[in-house]
Amino acid sequence: MTDAAWETLSNQAVAVCGVVYFLALISHLVQWTALRKLPVEAGAEAPAPVAVGAGAPSVVEDTAAHEPDVERRTALFGRLGLLLTVIATAVHLVALVGRGMAADPNRVPWGNMYEFTLSGTFVVSLGYLLLNRRFGLAWMAPIVVGFVVVVLMVDVVWLYDPVAPLSEALYSPWLVIHVVSAVIATGAFTLGGICSVLYLVKERRPARTTGYLARVPAPAALDRISYRMHAFGFPVWTFAVLITGPIWAHQAWSSYWSWDPKEVWAFITWVVYAAYLHARATAGWKGRNAAMLALLGLATLWFNFIGINFFSTTSQHSYAAPAVAEVGKVSVEAPASAGGELAQPLGR
Amino acid sequence: MSDPRETQYDKLPAGRRAGELTLRELLRFGWRQITSMRTALVLLLLLALAAVPGSIVPQEGVDALAASRWRDDHPRLAPVYEWLGLFDVYGSVWFSAIYLLLMISLVGCIVPRTLVYWRAMRAQPPRAPRNLSRLPDAASYRTDESVDEVLARARTVLGRRHRVRKAEEGAADGAVSAERGYLREAGNLVFHLSVVVVLVGFAIGGLFGYKGGVILVTGDGFGNTLTSYDDFVPGSLFTPDQLDPFSFTVEDFEVDWLLSGRAAGQARGFSADVRYRETRDAEEERYDLRVNHPLTIGDTDIFLIGHGYAPVVTIRDGEGEIAYNGPTIFLPQDQSLFSFGVIKAPSAEPQEIGLEGVLYPTFGMTEEGDPVNLLGKAVDPLLSVLVHAGDLGMDEGASQSVYVLDKGDTEQVEDEDGKPLRLDLRPGDTVELPDGLGSVTFEGLEDWQRIQISQTPGKLIALGGVVMALVGLLGSLFIRPRRVWVRARQDGDGTLVEVAALDRSGGGDVVPVLEDLVAALRGDERGNQPPETKRDGTS
Ligand code: HEM
Repeated sequence: MTDAAWETLSNQAVAVCGVVYFLALISHLVQWTALRKLPVEAGAEAPAPVAVGAGAPSVVEDTAAHEPDVERRTALFGRLGLLLTVIATAVHLVALVGRGMAADPNRVPWGNMYEFTLSGTFVVSLGYLLLNRRFGLAWMAPIVVGFVVVVLMVDVVWLYDPVAPLSEALYSPWLVIHVVSAVIATGAFTLGGICSVLYLVKERRPARTTGYLARVPAPAALDRISYRMHAFGFPVWTFAVLITGPIWAHQAWSSYWSWDPKEVWAFITWVVYAAYLHARATAGWKGRNAAMLALLGLATLWFNFIGINFFSTTSQHSYAAPAVAEVGKVSVEAPASAGGELAQPLGR
Repeated sequence: MSDPRETQYDKLPAGRRAGELTLRELLRFGWRQITSMRTALVLLLLLALAAVPGSIVPQEGVDALAASRWRDDHPRLAPVYEWLGLFDVYGSVWFSAIYLLLMISLVGCIVPRTLVYWRAMRAQPPRAPRNLSRLPDAASYRTDESVDEVLARARTVLGRRHRVRKAEEGAADGAVSAERGYLREAGNLVFHLSVVVVLVGFAIGGLFGYKGGVILVTGDGFGNTLTSYDDFVPGSLFTPDQLDPFSFTVEDFEVDWLLSGRAAGQARGFSADVRYRETRDAEEERYDLRVNHPLTIGDTDIFLIGHGYAPVVTIRDGEGEIAYNGPTIFLPQDQSLFSFGVIKAPSAEPQEIGLEGVLYPTFGMTEEGDPVNLLGKAVDPLLSVLVHAGDLGMDEGASQSVYVLDKGDTEQVEDEDGKPLRLDLRPGDTVELPDGLGSVTFEGLEDWQRIQISQTPGKLIALGGVVMALVGLLGSLFIRPRRVWVRARQDGDGTLVEVAALDRSGGGDVVPVLEDLVAALRGDERGNQPPETKRDGTS
């Protein structure tokens, strides 16, 4: 296949997976609306997932036991939604691979924001699928799928960029390791953040017996799942931004840490999540405050992922903005007018 | 806050009003405050907050030019910002204050905890609580085995992966206590300690390191002395004898230009063929210097970070003497290496000559007839300059940028029509200047490379620190410390066995642990009634 064909394939795959995600979303919404009027029986609230282990009865079977009709319908739509999500995620993968194959030479699909976001959403979706059984995340489906649909849409509409070769500095095995870990951590933090949002919502109205919220696990359980996601994400993030990032920066830019805006925000994210872990261990900060910190962390994370690129032009992370030439460092005496965009940067 | 000390107030001695503290008490109070975990939390959040402005306001150390531009654009705000240290956030007093406080807090936290840990490591697991079934996670079952049999089995089963409390003489309480997961706290301590290590490594780099840059035309040699640098930023404790005595020359420089496809015009595969000597009399060695592929000599790293063109121009003055000859560095204005530069011939007679203009590596015309640069690769270079004659102001002693022409005392040279004279030169072209000023010859193009040279001592300390932090973190997050107790007592004609487990990390789930333990204790006794497991879902 030619590069152009791969690129077309990738674009089509993005469109297809967007549609399939959307169908999955609808399907999950149908599932949950059908359940809306059914009260959750006392004690049948979604069991604390950690206590359940694999193969635990799903929420749906629990609650709809007395209404075979509704039960069948919701189970059906639940399964359909899951199936569609699996398909969409597979197509999503095709889109990613296509992007990589379309570039000459072939490469990892992380050359610009569009590709980065495409990968990030893929990891969120894949992470959800992988953890679904283990943690009993069925209740999370509409949120995760909804999130992925929205972010993909933003990606295609505002961030789209045609395939282009990576700039020179990005050809490094460290790029692969750095980005893979950053994206994985982003996925984990995002899933954890979703739990934290639900925690905050649920905590305010713990006594609901109908509707979606009633079927979300108890706040304590949400808090625990959220903690687990963050506890997984934090070391991975540490690895990504404080180990591989600096190693790569040292090789490519001659300085392992240069307070570049991307670096600053990665650091801020790291510090906020460290604060989250502390908050969980501190009596007065448990629960609510910890959840807020988790969300603050998520906000800094996604701001760094997308926002900072529109905000600051000095970032050396070249997928952020078309590389403007390396400025100012060329000659200390060169005045602004002549010394403007000075030396041609090698692949910034 | 897991530390009970913090909520406990010292009893006041009689005769003093509440709220009155002696200096010692004040200090102790201060110390407790600063080493409390809440303070750590607040300081962490402050640190995050304090880092924000540095990503918004251009930083002196990151992008000096953007910073000075910002100053020019905001004349009223600039002094205020300056005063607040906003152009150098990460070196400012307030930023340093936060992380120094955090470090003090950290050390104040690590030291006592290490002592506590040291004692805990050598202590026996605590005795079983009196009433196991009151614990949140407990199970019980009956069996026909004797109490001793059950306890002996419990010892072997738990002994495999736990530390088990020694059986006590006399005070046999019919229970086995076991504990595991001691490494969690070790991991936690290692993690916090390594934060300090990283900071030390980082600080060493900042204090003793340096970063310098130089632009070299292909073929030029570089000897590593302070005067060879175009720009040089030393750390505050840098000494010149840190400079390793190496020298190098870029023999050849190649760029792989993409000429077709969507990315046509982009450059890739920059590669400089470097010959270097580690010391003056060392053997000459070769290195292929590329992006992501720095050369390391001793403690010094050498990076290729930029490139451009240097037109070789000869200026003959009115008397036919060569007033200037050589490559002159032109600075790229965009990705396509369309470049700007000036060439000065201060020794020309009768008048000094200055050229100012642009270089098109591959010259072309748009349909409207405007000149345009088509490609970064020098396929059809064109040098287009304006000519100035007069006093270039170079003998006044003040240092002058090589990239600007001081036009204060010069006059622009004009052609016959009275328009500014523009020389458009292709390699090999020579043009006579009017008024007997002389002539200009464009000989050809050379490449220049921008080389960054730096020493970052302490980088391995910092790296080791982060790796250590990661390992500690993994231990601290994923090792689950827990205590397990088994108690057996005679109950009617059988034995009642109670089992309980307590997760001490606050994140673990011990129900499966209990189930496994009960299964292991009962061993082959299948067919017994299932144990009653009680679980308190909120913890
Ligand atoms: C740069 C500063 C710091 C960072 C990045 C940091 C980070 C962390 C992290 C990520 C954890 C989580 C480990 C876990 O959940 O078990 C943690 C735990 C802890 N930190 Fe820090 N910390 C810092 C400073 C401090 C300071 C100054 C103190 C003491 C006042 C402190 C006391 C603790 C304690 C006691 C725990 C254990 C909580 C537990 O037992 O679960 N930390 N820290």
